[in-house]
Amino acid sequence: MSATAPDEVRVPDDVTWVPVCALGALAREAGVPALVRGEAVAVFRTHDDQVHALSNIDPVTGASVLSRGIIGTRGDEVFVASPLHKEHYALRDGRCLDDPTLRVAAYDTRVVDGEVQVGGRRPECPQ
Amino acid sequence: MTSTTPRPRLVVVGHGMVGHRLVQAAVERGLTATHDVVVVGQEPRPAYDRVALTSYFAASGPEELSLLPSGSYDDPAVELLLGTEVTALDRAERTVSLRDGRVLGYDQLVLATGAAPFVPPVPGHDLDGCFVYRTIEDLDAIRAAAGPATAGVVVGGGLLGLEAANALVQLGLETHVVEMAPRLMPVQLDEAAGATLVRHVEGLGVRVHTGVATESVSGTDRVDGLALAGGARVEAQVVVFSAGIRPRDALARAAGLEVAERGGVLVDEQCRSSDERIWAVGECAAPGGRMYGLVAPGYDMAEVVVDALLGGAGRFVGADMSTKLKLLGVDVASFGDAFATTDGALELVFSDAVAGLYKKLVVSDDGRRLLGGILVGDASAYGVLRPMVASGIDLPDNPEELILPPSRGGATTGVASLPPEAQVCSCNNVTKATLLERLDVAHPGPDGAEHHCGDVAALKACTGAGSTCGSCVGTVKAIVEDHFAAQGREVSRALCEHFALSRAELFDVVAIHGYRSFDEVVTAHGTGRGCDVCKPTVASVLASLVNEHVLGEQRAVLQDTNDAFLANIQRNGSYSVVPRIPGGEITPDKLIVIGEVARDHGLYTKITGGQRIDLFGARVEELPVIWRRLVDAGFESGHAYGKSLRTVKSCVGSTWCRFGVQDSVQMAIDLELRYRGLRSPHKLKGGVSGCARECAEARSKDFGVIATEKGWNLYVGGNGGATPAHARLLAGDLDDETLVRYLDRYLMYYVRTADRLQRTAPWLDSLEGGLDRLREVVVDDVLGLGSELEAAMARHVATYVDEWSAVLDDPDKLARFVSFVNAPETPDPAVSFGTARDQIVPAGPVDLGATIAMGAPA
Repeated sequence: MSATAPDEVRVPDDVTWVPVCALGALAREAGVPALVRGEAVAVFRTHDDQVHALSNIDPVTGASVLSRGIIGTRGDEVFVASPLHKEHYALRDGRCLDDPTLRVAAYDTRVVDGEVQVGGRRPECPQ
Repeated sequence: MTSTTPRPRLVVVGHGMVGHRLVQAAVERGLTATHDVVVVGQEPRPAYDRVALTSYFAASGPEELSLLPSGSYDDPAVELLLGTEVTALDRAERTVSLRDGRVLGYDQLVLATGAAPFVPPVPGHDLDGCFVYRTIEDLDAIRAAAGPATAGVVVGGGLLGLEAANALVQLGLETHVVEMAPRLMPVQLDEAAGATLVRHVEGLGVRVHTGVATESVSGTDRVDGLALAGGARVEAQVVVFSAGIRPRDALARAAGLEVAERGGVLVDEQCRSSDERIWAVGECAAPGGRMYGLVAPGYDMAEVVVDALLGGAGRFVGADMSTKLKLLGVDVASFGDAFATTDGALELVFSDAVAGLYKKLVVSDDGRRLLGGILVGDASAYGVLRPMVASGIDLPDNPEELILPPSRGGATTGVASLPPEAQVCSCNNVTKATLLERLDVAHPGPDGAEHHCGDVAALKACTGAGSTCGSCVGTVKAIVEDHFAAQGREVSRALCEHFALSRAELFDVVAIHGYRSFDEVVTAHGTGRGCDVCKPTVASVLASLVNEHVLGEQRAVLQDTNDAFLANIQRNGSYSVVPRIPGGEITPDKLIVIGEVARDHGLYTKITGGQRIDLFGARVEELPVIWRRLVDAGFESGHAYGKSLRTVKSCVGSTWCRFGVQDSVQMAIDLELRYRGLRSPHKLKGGVSGCARECAEARSKDFGVIATEKGWNLYVGGNGGATPAHARLLAGDLDDETLVRYLDRYLMYYVRTADRLQRTAPWLDSLEGGLDRLREVVVDDVLGLGSELEAAMARHVATYVDEWSAVLDDPDKLARFVSFVNAPETPDPAVSFGTARDQIVPAGPVDLGATIAMGAPA
C-alpha cells in the first residue's frame, strides 16, 4: 500500500514497524532486500515515490531474490519481474500477473521522517 | 526380427550429393529400421557440395564443402566405404565386386554413379595442363597448375564452363571462354540474353569467343595454347574442358541393364531399372529416357526410390529445369518454356543495353498464361514469375509490368497473386500453401511439441524453405508480410508494450538524438515506465553507444539481474563468478589464485566450454570480497553475466603445435581484449584456430578465425546451443589488420541492426541477401558505413574499463552487494548448500514458511 497511513485494521497490535533504510538510500524503480522479523522482504520504491514490500522469496524456485528484479509497468499496474524466470508480481498486492495460481506475500509499509518502515504481512496473503 | 534372419541389405553405388541424399532419406524415413545400407564412394572423401565447387578456392579446406563433416552416418545401420569403387555387377548372384576385392551381396541396389565430364577428342586433349571441372581433386590440380601460369581457357560456355571461368579468374589468370554455339549458356539463354551476358562477363575481364570450335590443344609436353577453327589462337597454360557431361552407366551396360539412347540407365517413374532389384538416381539415370543434369531432380529421384522401397507410390514425373544463379556476379535466370517453343507463344521483351538488363516473358497466345522467361542482369522477379509458370494462373492485364523496372511503370511483383499450390522453394519443394499452413497456425514443430511460426526465420527452420540456395527468401518474406497485411496486422517488430520500435530502430533513435538515459528515451518515444524487456534493451543500446558503467546512476535499475550484480544468478539465488582468461591462456600463479579464492570461499569450480573457470555458490555479499582478491591478482571481469563478448577460444597454434601455421593464441588474446565489454543484442563468442584442423571449434562461434598459410579466414554467424549453425566464410587469407577491420565492422553492424536477443546466426539469416549482403556491407563497404563502424569500435576500445575494478573503487556501487540493507552482517538462510562429489551444490527447495531465527533484529 502507499507510504502513508497504513490501515490500522490490517496491522495487528503485536506487530511492530521495522525500520529498513532511509528513503534516500532506496533508488526509484529499484528494490532492496530487508530482514523483517526473521523474514526476507523485498522493499521497492516506484517512479512516483510509493513504497511497497513483498516477500523476497520467488514462489516458483524458493530463492530469495525478488528484490533484485526489474521494476516495470503493465498498463497502470506496477510490477517486479522475478530475476530467475521473469514472472511478474504486482507491487501493490503480490498477485502474479501471468499465473493466477501464484502470489507472494505483501507487507504494509510507511515512511516516517524519511525512514522506510515495514509493518505486518497482509492478511489476504499466503503464509 | 530374429537373429537367424539377416536384415535385407541396400547397396548404394556412389556417394555424391544424390547418393548422400538417398541415404539421408533412408535414415529419416525409417528404411534403416529394417534394412542395412552399404554406400560405396569412389572419391577419397564423403559427399560434398559439388554445386558450390567454385567456393572451394575461398574455403579453408575440403571439409568446408562436406555434406557429412563427421565422415560417417550416425545411424549404425549405414556403412560408408570410401576410396573404392564397384567394378562389376552380377545380377544373377545379386552381388557387386569392389576394386579392393570385396564382394557385397545386395537385396536392393541403387546406382548413383553420377556423370563424367565430356572431353572432346581434339588433338592434344590429354596434354599436361588439361583439366576437367568436377571434383575437389580437379580443383586442386587446376590450382597447382595455375601457380606458374598466366592465362587459362575454358572450353565450353555453359553454366559449368562459366563457373570454371570464375575459378580461373579467382586464381588470377587471364581467362578465356571458348563456346562452339553462337552464344553463352545456349541451353538456357536466347541470343539477346547471351549477348547481354557476354557484355557483363567481358566487363569482368573474361575474353569470350563464341561460335567457334576448338581445333586442337597445342604444346609439346605441356599445354601452351588452343588452336581455334578459322586459324585464331589463344595462348594459355591451363585448359579446362567443360563441354557437357555424360552419364556414368558403364556398370549398368556391362550387366545388361537397359540404357537410354543418349546414355543413362533407363528407369521408370519409380526410378526402377529393367531389373526390379536395381534402381538408378541422379545424373546416371534416365527416367523416361531423359537425363537431368541438375541436383534438384536427383534429390527428387532419391526420395522416390526410398519411398518405393518403403512400399510407397511416389513417382518422378520430370523436373523443373529452371535455373537461377549468380555467374561471375551477374544474375541469370531461365525458367519454363524459355525459347517459346509452345504453339502460338508470344514474347514480351525488355532490354536495356546500357544497364545490362535483358528480360523476356513467354506468354500463351491469348496472353493469359506465363509459359517461361529469361532474366539477365536482374533476376529479382524470378521468385514470383517461376511459380506463376508452375501453377498456370492468369497473368495480370499488363504482363509487361512484371519485367519493367519500377521507374518505368513496372509494379513490384506481388506475391498475393500466387496461388496456394505455387512452389516457392524449389530446392525443398515448399509451396505457398505449406508456408501459410504453418504461418501463425499451431502445428507440431521439429521437436514434436506444438508451436507457431511467427516470422520468416521460424518458417525457414520449420519448412526448409530458403535454407538451401536462398534464392526464394525474398519471396518467403513477402508472403509473410502479405499474410499479416491482409489480416490488417503488420509484422510487429515492437519491442514490448512500451515501445512500438524494434531494437534496431531504437538503436538509431538513441544514436540520432544522443539520449543518455532511459527516461529520455521512454518519454520521447515510448509509453509507461518500461519493463524487464525494454529496460535491459535500452541499457544495452546505451552501453553500446555510450560506454558508461552499467551500474552508473540511472543505469543500474535498467539491468537484468546478472548485469545488476556483475555475476550470474543461480537457481538458489547465489551467483557464479567468471574472471576473464583471454584466449584460455593462464599462468600457474593465476591458476593458484583462482584455486585459493574458491577454496577460501567454499565455491564449486567447473571448467567452462569457453576455456575459463566458473566459480559457483557466491553469496551476493561475498562478490566484492572475492573480486577484491581477483582484481588484486590481476584478473578482470569476464562478462559471463553480460549480453556481450564472452570468450575467444583458441588452440595453441604455431607456438607449440607441429601443424599450426599462425599464432592463434596471440590473435585470440588480441581479439578478446579488443572486444571485451562490448554490449551487444546477445552474447558473443569467438574462436581462433591455428590451422585448418580447427581444434578451437571456431566455426561454432559468432566469429571464427582460422589460420591459413597466407593469413586468416574469417567465418561469421556460427552458433552452438539449441540451434547449431556452422559459421560461414566472409573473407579469406586476410592479414591481421584487415581481419580486425572486418571484425570491427561486422560486430558493430550486428550490434546496430540485430533484434533483441538475436544471435548472429539468425540475424545473418534475416538479413535480406544473407551472407552476400553482409559481405557487401563489411568487405565492399557498399553502404559507406565502414569508417563509421570502425570509429564506433575504436571508441569502445578506448573507453573500456574493468567493471569490477570500478565497482570496488566506488562505495555507491558497492552498496547493493548486501544480504539485507538493514542487517548486512546476516547471511540470507534461503541460500543454502548441500554436497555432491566433494563440492557444494544448491540445497533442495527452500521451505517457504521458513523464518530467519539467527540475528534477526527486533
